[in-house]
Amino acid sequence: MTTLTKTEDAPAPTGRDAFLSVRDLRVQFSTEDGIVKAVDGLSFDLERGRTLGIVGESGSGKSVTNLTVLGLHNPKTTTVTGEIVLDGQELTGAREKTLEKLRGNKMAMIFQDPLTALSPFYTIGRQIMEPFRKHTGASKKEARERAIEMLTKVGIPHPKTRVDDYPHQFSGGMRQRAMIAMALVCDPDLIIADEPTTALDVTVQAQILDLLKDLQQEFGSSIIFITHDLGVIAEMADDIMVMYGGRAVERGSAAEVLRAPRHPYTWGLLSSMPSLSGNVHEKLMPIPGNPPSLLNPPSGCAFHPRCGFRSEVGGTLCTTDRPELGAGRASACHLTAEQKQTLFVEQIKPRLG
Amino acid sequence: MLRFLIRRLSSAFVILILISAFTFLIFFAAPRDPAVLACGKNCTEAAKDIIRDNLGLNDPIAQQYWEFMRGIVMGRDFSVGRCDAPCLGVSFNTDLMVWDTIVDRLPLTLSLSLGGLVIFLTLGLGAGLMAAAKKGTVTDKTLSSMSLVFSSMQIYFLGPIVLGALVFSSGIMESPRYVPITEDPLGWFTGLLIPWFVMALIFTAQYTRMSRSSMIEQLQEEHVRTARAKGMSRPYVFFRYAWRGSLIPIVTILGMDLGALLGGAIVTEMTFSLAGIGRLAVDAVTNIDLPLTMGVMLIGATFILMCNVVVDAAYAYIDPRVRLG
Repeated sequence: MTTLTKTEDAPAPTGRDAFLSVRDLRVQFSTEDGIVKAVDGLSFDLERGRTLGIVGESGSGKSVTNLTVLGLHNPKTTTVTGEIVLDGQELTGAREKTLEKLRGNKMAMIFQDPLTALSPFYTIGRQIMEPFRKHTGASKKEARERAIEMLTKVGIPHPKTRVDDYPHQFSGGMRQRAMIAMALVCDPDLIIADEPTTALDVTVQAQILDLLKDLQQEFGSSIIFITHDLGVIAEMADDIMVMYGGRAVERGSAAEVLRAPRHPYTWGLLSSMPSLSGNVHEKLMPIPGNPPSLLNPPSGCAFHPRCGFRSEVGGTLCTTDRPELGAGRASACHLTAEQKQTLFVEQIKPRLG
Repeated sequence: MLRFLIRRLSSAFVILILISAFTFLIFFAAPRDPAVLACGKNCTEAAKDIIRDNLGLNDPIAQQYWEFMRGIVMGRDFSVGRCDAPCLGVSFNTDLMVWDTIVDRLPLTLSLSLGGLVIFLTLGLGAGLMAAAKKGTVTDKTLSSMSLVFSSMQIYFLGPIVLGALVFSSGIMESPRYVPITEDPLGWFTGLLIPWFVMALIFTAQYTRMSRSSMIEQLQEEHVRTARAKGMSRPYVFFRYAWRGSLIPIVTILGMDLGALLGGAIVTEMTFSLAGIGRLAVDAVTNIDLPLTMGVMLIGATFILMCNVVVDAAYAYIDPRVRLG
């Protein structure tokens, strides 16, 4: 097991046949205080029918990345460079009309809070029908039937009458189901789910996750699943990308990243998560400090001010040199593969229970 | 929706009854004896007694109020003649029926306020939407500062300037006057054009600012972003999603403004020498014409309450969450 911890070339993960391929994506907002580098040189691939989990703290750039994929950033204040290729089609710099045809059709988004993300002014049915009619040119009647069909699919009882209800007449879980129905109404190939279960009760969370998995099997869609909940990601994702300060710091299959994480930040995330089987008296280990300022990010490795393993690297490498993320299973850290292995096994693993 | 309206209308009715009771009390709160006011110049004690008797001022207050309310429903007989329902009494000054006087002045006030309303809503909402859509640009800044200038002006300042420029010195237009629309639609329109615009300019400013800020707020709502994420076009989302929500605060102030305008656009009417309800109210108060004052107050209150019911209905129409409550 060899790991590239540093490569000079631009990262070029797996093949070109990926369904969604993001290369060296940079998203910058100009604010009054200066330029915020919300996403800074991000590359990843997503294959058809697979689920990529993106994990990270608030402000790590995970939501911005996905809004950029959909082209929902504010063009006046945002500069986007790099490549986003969806099924062979370049999205960065694509015309607004082109993006409008893709949104809700080929790529759809499920938002975090269904209460604020659904319009209070229109019926659930109308909100589901809208994208269907726009993208397929269906008649009102056909669209209504499709909306009822979708509501049935996502498990809303009495869909024929509920279709005429307003969002405020639905419960939280039902609203999220309706939102999923709305996102899936045109059979999108790419679904971006931005913390779709964060606003829900734990029991409802599990139902929604099951529903998403079932629907993915049925439609064969690819999913980007954004969350900060590692339990949820273990349930959902095939692959995981950990983000920190607008960059990917670790990438691998879900099993690899969760069972044998290699980046100190991922270790921190895992150690700060309570374990059901673990000792109750074992203290959680939060990551010290705060997420980095994207306005003025730390030099070298963005994680160095909070990293407990800096001394292991020695010298000033961490503060001066930014570690790059290699191809395939990789982590962006100056520690050597052996160090990572030993540190994880000796210091981190015992705490995870 | 019907139940909602019935409930709002009946509560408006109760409030109207209360207002009528309070207005009725001004008869007795007035600094002078109503009989003296009604009596005129050559007044004798004997004449005053007759008037008191005529007006029923010797009866207990409750009975007088009852007579007044009965008159509104059934009509009343006065020494000057029969007062048909809805009877609001007889003016001390002119001996004319209060209701007839008001009905006589009403078309002007309706024309003035509704015409002005159309103009200031169109201009105000239009400018507000444009400023919101182009937030931060030169267009936005120009519109915003213009609205600040106009909102700090007054009708009695702007009015004479416009009159001076367009009527007195250049003669481009005639002095504002009122011709019933049924007699001469064009004359009605041109006669009121200046008052409409002067009034509208000042109201426009307020609506521009309100509509701009409310729209900017709505455009940041998450459901607006969701609609964009569904692939709906920018204009569609702008009008169908954001605009609808932005109307709620606008409907609120619109209801208040319209109610106040219908109850008499006092300053506008005085500035342009137009004889509407506002002018009538001022005359009634300066002449201590108590029945007329009461009548104008009641009519004004009725308009404000009606506008409130309309506003409530508009809320329910715009936002379905209000319908159940």
